[in-house]
Amino acid sequence: MSARVLVGVKRVIDYAVKIRVRPDHTGVVTDGVKHSMNPFCEIAVEEAVRLKEKKLVKEIVAVSCGPQQVQETIRTALAMGADRGIHVEVSGKDYDALGPLQVSKIMAALAKKEEADLIILGKQAIDDDCNQTGQMTAALLDWPQGTFASELTLEGGMLKVVREIDGGLETIKIKMPAVVTADLRLNTPRYATLPNIMKAKKKKIANVKPADLGVDVTSRLEVLKVDEPPQRQAGVKVETVEDLVVKLKEAGRI
Amino acid sequence: MTNPLRGEVIRLYKNLLYLGREYPKGTAYFRERLKAAFMKNKDVTDPEKIQKLIDRGDFVIKELEALYFLRKYRAMKKRYYEPEH
Repeated sequence: MSARVLVGVKRVIDYAVKIRVRPDHTGVVTDGVKHSMNPFCEIAVEEAVRLKEKKLVKEIVAVSCGPQQVQETIRTALAMGADRGIHVEVSGKDYDALGPLQVSKIMAALAKKEEADLIILGKQAIDDDCNQTGQMTAALLDWPQGTFASELTLEGGMLKVVREIDGGLETIKIKMPAVVTADLRLNTPRYATLPNIMKAKKKKIANVKPADLGVDVTSRLEVLKVDEPPQRQAGVKVETVEDLVVKLKEAGRI
Repeated sequence: MTNPLRGEVIRLYKNLLYLGREYPKGTAYFRERLKAAFMKNKDVTDPEKIQKLIDRGDFVIKELEALYFLRKYRAMKKRYYEPEH
């Protein structure tokens, strides 16, 4: 099969880091904070690599949008098995305002340019939790979408996707080209070990600007304020059931 | 006389050091213990014994990868999914 897969990967603050809101409440502290690939994007890359190992797909292109540092994230995707990377350069204010709408426009333009047959994305990013890019990309390309995929199989020219939905699993069959977003249980991503990272240095990362793709990255959203969630009140311990009843009555609960 | 397995040992050390960057208790903690573990065996010359130690090192690499994966999986599951899942 000569299919080409586009995988979008996002550089986010590492999942294990304790997030702190900036003193001016315009966002979170990112300087000097550990960043890594979005966990759902890792699952997306892994799925693409598995498809390639099964010889169902010929080439995997890893894409990321952002400043110079996202090249690290693309390199991780290359170390996991992607063939080449595309770095869409967006920096400064444009990068702060970059959201699913802009990224999906970029992905759609790249899909057409690279003649991709399949786009695999993570279902959502752990920093903004939008869960929109996959869906918007499919809409812009007028392609079918298999979101929240927990299982993916290629049957003929069709994709069979098992989706995780409220209340269970839904199996759908969609035509290629299509967009798939990866859910947690799709697969177990491999670790990008040092030898793989070294080998990946030979793989190419192309640089491209949104303007080259004819995409306008102005945002229609403005972040007004970022706050921490309210502090949890400490619980109160009581000695006996009678005390509990008294406390509940005091709080007007019973 | 340089032991032919020297390259393998150095490769193993570098790989473990790279993995140690994500260690939950901190990179410094990991690096200390890694160095101590390797230094403890620095006088071993028997190639068979060295190979056994290298295999043990590769096993530790697999254990670390599993640890990192489980940690991440459990964190994601806790944050994004209802308890019934």
